[in-house]
Amino acid sequence: MTKEDKLAIRMRHISKSFGKVQALQDVDFELKEGEIHALLGENGSGKTTLMNILSGIYYPDGGEIQIMDQDVAICSPKDAFGLGIGMIHQHFKLVDVLTVAENIVLGLPPSEETKRKRLNQTIRDIASRYGFDIKPESKIYELSVSEKQTVEIIKVLYRGANMLILDEPTAVLTPQETEKLFTILRAMKADNKAIIIITHKLNEVLAVSDRVTILRKGKKIDTIKTSDANRQILTEMMVGRKVDLAIDRPEAHDRKLMLQVNQVTAVSSDGRKLLDRVSFDAYGGEILGVAGISGSGQKELCEAIAGLCPVVGGSILFESEINGVRVAENLVGQTPEAIINKGISLAFVPEDRLGMGLVASHDMVDNVMLKNYRDNKGPFVDRKTAKKTAEQLIDALEIVTPGVKTPIRQLSGGNVQKVLLGREIISNPQMLMVAYPVRGLDINASFTIYHLLNEQKDKGVAVIFVGEDLDVLMDISDRLLVLCQGQVTGIVDPRKTTKEHIGLLMSGAEREEVGA
Amino acid sequence: MDNFVKFINAAVLAGTPVLLGTLGEILTEKSGNLNLGVEGMMFMGAISGLAGAWFAEQWFNWSGVPAALIALLISFVAGAFGALMYAFLTVTLRANQNVTGLTLAIFGTGFGNFFGELLGKRAGGFVTVTAHTKDAFANLNFGPLSKIPVIGRLFFSYNWLVYFAVIVAIALHLFLKHTRRGLNLRSVGESPATADAAGINVNLYKYLATIIGGGICGIGGMYMTMVTTGGIWVHNTIRGYGWLAVALVIFATWSPARALYCGLIFGGLMMLRLYLPIPGVPQQIYDMLPYVATILVLIGMSIRQSKEYAQPKSSGLNYFREER
Repeated sequence: MTKEDKLAIRMRHISKSFGKVQALQDVDFELKEGEIHALLGENGSGKTTLMNILSGIYYPDGGEIQIMDQDVAICSPKDAFGLGIGMIHQHFKLVDVLTVAENIVLGLPPSEETKRKRLNQTIRDIASRYGFDIKPESKIYELSVSEKQTVEIIKVLYRGANMLILDEPTAVLTPQETEKLFTILRAMKADNKAIIIITHKLNEVLAVSDRVTILRKGKKIDTIKTSDANRQILTEMMVGRKVDLAIDRPEAHDRKLMLQVNQVTAVSSDGRKLLDRVSFDAYGGEILGVAGISGSGQKELCEAIAGLCPVVGGSILFESEINGVRVAENLVGQTPEAIINKGISLAFVPEDRLGMGLVASHDMVDNVMLKNYRDNKGPFVDRKTAKKTAEQLIDALEIVTPGVKTPIRQLSGGNVQKVLLGREIISNPQMLMVAYPVRGLDINASFTIYHLLNEQKDKGVAVIFVGEDLDVLMDISDRLLVLCQGQVTGIVDPRKTTKEHIGLLMSGAEREEVGA
Repeated sequence: MDNFVKFINAAVLAGTPVLLGTLGEILTEKSGNLNLGVEGMMFMGAISGLAGAWFAEQWFNWSGVPAALIALLISFVAGAFGALMYAFLTVTLRANQNVTGLTLAIFGTGFGNFFGELLGKRAGGFVTVTAHTKDAFANLNFGPLSKIPVIGRLFFSYNWLVYFAVIVAIALHLFLKHTRRGLNLRSVGESPATADAAGINVNLYKYLATIIGGGICGIGGMYMTMVTTGGIWVHNTIRGYGWLAVALVIFATWSPARALYCGLIFGGLMMLRLYLPIPGVPQQIYDMLPYVATILVLIGMSIRQSKEYAQPKSSGLNYFREER
């Protein structure tokens, strides 16, 4: 047995269920010392649950865990720390109002080591060893997302973790920040630390890992060497059948100007600029992608157009016909209702998916009605039409649901998104804005959504697609607008540019003259 | 000048029970438990403290300082007991915090009034402690210090519970700001999941902070019976001071140090009617003043959107580790 083959973690026959849902079923998992191990699977495949068991958040219903060849029971996060396991959660576990240093020593017994001066020095030492850049005295709420992640990593390293679990670490990073993170991971690997990275992004698996374990619907499919894998093999294992990974991008035809956004600025209540002189055009019959690190103004841009976010300057001109004359009508200052009536639809999928747009405890009929009850005549709402519409949607989009009377919350993520998007589409919009429509969806459902968007484009609708996966945006968009801190840093042709270039635009390191 | 000193004296005396209730509630909320039952816990402390002193006199013939100490101890235990019920319901059984707190307020009010009347019956008419015990709650004399003009009357002319409250406030401030356990407690209140992942025993911190906080509220109630009403049970003795304490927590923006002078402002507002009477303005308008001040602070806070001077983030929410 060589040194590399020494097992750091061995999990056997792990099972866990939440109520009636079997999240994990008889899963085996092995981690070697000094390796980067990717845990790959779609949403709901149980990868985070498996790792939460390892870090003491959940306790397994059955199975055994060995750390360094010792049988262990991990009952709490404290136990996990004691065994040298540190997990960096997708949603950071940091206290906003405390400093970096305070967060790092949180929960540790007081000692000489944790005296402020000594502690700050130790943090700087760890930072310089692996190439982090962080000030121990800063408050967490002053930090950027990638800096917060850095704090999380230093936190587990400070506690002497030699097995690190990172849950979707790149979801919030730019390509450059991701590359930097990977460099850090490789440095830690060279330091003989064992690293697990949970992800559903194939490129990252191939770029950074040594081995990869694939989970599907709570079951382990296989563990293979990354050098033996490619995108196609991994996808098949993840989804369970062959999938065509190419996203369709039909040629744009009949492009006609639909919306001219000119120098639009929006300011938050505390005086921060949310949108800073944003200018672009949107055309019917094309998909305009919007890329950017989360929180760069994507939400505000959509809401400004939909009339939900007040605009302090600039104009939003919408091509329309008034009394038979084609005019460019300014949407700024109009009510959201008036804007909807002009045929502009916004489907925004927030992080919690159901928070905005749909009422979770209502059924499909009620949710469809939310959009059109104003057209009703008389004091009573018209359920019949709404019911018919809902049934049409189920047929057209192949929504899987027990019926139109089932509360939306009981539907799976993909179907919820179909309802949300379908409700907007069925009103025959001239312009459709979708934000994160495939958030949390598996590959199949994602492709259905892409197909729907392409259909709309083909019908001459102007589609604005705010997304978070750069690969997808580059594949589906006709043009790609990049936002950075509320400014447009470039509008590029995704066929003629590189991911690196877009990454630089996203971080604001470069900008293109916007005039084209 | 003389009137001003008298006004300040009255403000301090009126503000102290509210300050104690506030300090208890700040400690409680720092653990993420929004216990609205301060009024109830103060009632429980009020009757138990009085009963403790009375029984100490009756059974053991202890009066004066020993009876006062018994009152302190028993009122703390009574308030803590109310808080223990609250903690068990919200932390262990994860009941809704608002509902549980309101229930505790109603329960405590009934508890206080019921046993107050019962004790009165038993004592033959009404309960009252001996003059000796009353003296133990009289204003202290610091000798030469108390004789310094103005200063002496402003700072060295109060009963011992006033100084006790000041010490509790300072101790609480030091604990929260400068100790490791205080840091842990604050993180539990801000983000229990973070604290849990860091290996802090979230439930233990929640229980202890809530129970000790409730005990401090109970002492605030005891102040009302032993000092404000002079060792006699008066029906409805707390008369809304517990709610003022909850308002003061907001007014002091969750800081025990700021609660000290904010408590003085509250006491002043409560006493304003007697020292600055405006003809034609009814008492009810004066009674509103502390609440108006609280609303102004709330508006100011929401305008400033400060992260530091705000309610602990998880306050009002129960924590369950395996929640999805």
